[in-house]
Amino acid sequence: MRVDDWLRNACEDADRRGLPELKPLLEALARSTANLRRADEQLRTAREPGSRE
Amino acid sequence: MPAADLRSIAELGPRIATGEVSPVALVEGCLARIEARRELNAFITVLAMSAFAEARQAAIDIARGHHRGPLHGIPISIKDLIDVAGTPTTAASAVPALHPEVDAPIVRRLREAGAVLIGKTNLHEFAFGTTTEETAFGMVRNPFDASRSAGGSSSGAAVALVEGMCFGSIGTDTGGSIRIPSAACGIVGLKPAYAELPCEGIVPLSTTCDHVGPMTRTVTDARLMFEALAGERVATRSLPGTFTFGVPSGYLIDRLDREIRNGFTRVREALEARGHTVRDVVIEDAAITPDVYLHIVLPEAAQYHARLLEAHAAAYSPGVRLRLEMGRYLLAEDYVRAMQLRAMLTAQVDAALDACDALLLPALAIAAPPLGQTTVEIDGTPEPVRGVMLRLTQLFNLTGHPAIAIPSGRTSSGLPVGMQLVGRHGGTARLLSIAESVESQIAGGAGSVGGGTG
Repeated sequence: MRVDDWLRNACEDADRRGLPELKPLLEALARSTANLRRADEQLRTAREPGSRE
Repeated sequence: MPAADLRSIAELGPRIATGEVSPVALVEGCLARIEARRELNAFITVLAMSAFAEARQAAIDIARGHHRGPLHGIPISIKDLIDVAGTPTTAASAVPALHPEVDAPIVRRLREAGAVLIGKTNLHEFAFGTTTEETAFGMVRNPFDASRSAGGSSSGAAVALVEGMCFGSIGTDTGGSIRIPSAACGIVGLKPAYAELPCEGIVPLSTTCDHVGPMTRTVTDARLMFEALAGERVATRSLPGTFTFGVPSGYLIDRLDREIRNGFTRVREALEARGHTVRDVVIEDAAITPDVYLHIVLPEAAQYHARLLEAHAAAYSPGVRLRLEMGRYLLAEDYVRAMQLRAMLTAQVDAALDACDALLLPALAIAAPPLGQTTVEIDGTPEPVRGVMLRLTQLFNLTGHPAIAIPSGRTSSGLPVGMQLVGRHGGTARLLSIAESVESQIAGGAGSVGGGTG
């Protein structure tokens, strides 16, 4: 799931559960997740330098 | 006996063994000092009756020649998320407490060593914070300035040591919760290597990052407690007189309050003047630490709390509840990514330690912050207090390396400052020996804080 889609779904669920104050935290978490995925991609590239295409 | 005369376990132990010092008198003194500074909110439960009974029994056993070792008859406090049979485990929350019928293994080991349990200390609710502003038992206040935080989450333990309310304490550390309050209050805090001491019977925050360890006034006392808890004797004779320390460049050193930076420079210079080698080392991807940490700790915390959140959401402090709720949204694939990056970070710390005896860095990037303050300014840039307080410690929870915080001086306003040494996997005993060796060579020195501020 893309981070943007995850964030939209999570915020909708937080609203549904009556926790709108969770949304700024989820937005910060989404930025962190994007950082994490970039680092993971770099790690994979370092380990698997070849292309699958 | 004045609090200032009651500093270390190492000093007291032999005097208890000979009958010169009475465990009952030590308990009386601790209880008096707990009562005298109740406004600091160091304790949640004071075990006065059982402490007197244990102290009396210790005195009888010692008089009969059954001395169990350096902790026998010594009043020790326990962080109140660790099970003590017959005493509520509150985790500093208004969520209904646990009522354990058996001691956590770490408590059982303390009892076997003859320690006297004086009480259970306050903490940031469920150990999920670094300032102890969120607790159902009153904010823990810094003994050096009551308007400031004592750090967290094991803050009650640190305050109790500074004020002579106990002589040793058991804390827990998931992102720095032993080392952060130790630095903020000017005591010694040891996070052993991962799984070196048992975490069963302790309310978890993150099962793969949680550690339990001793908090004391001196490194020698931390060694004595570690030896008793681990059943491992720390040999000191084979160590060289000087060491090589590695200072991690980049992320772990580039965002420090000016006074912390100046103090750390003085520590570095003091060690070099004593013949030690201090060199820069690289932990290349250290900057990814907070992202990896979040994606592991949040879901692991949410897993434990899911059922409690469904039943008792309103009983949590709002901030703690929201942080726990965040963890319920994380994707499994991101948890796995974080675990793989964690392995990479562990290898990088291992590699950095190949070039030195221990890593050397501050334990806390700022001095104790004012209670209620959510941001601090570093080099003119506002930073969130929580992130700043975790910045220098949480990496070693991910990697599981042993780490110890030691007092290393004061700021111009008199607030304690702490440095941190990090050792190799399997090298906690050696780390303690190195720390013991250098303790007297830095600005704080052994027992520089403790025995009361008043």
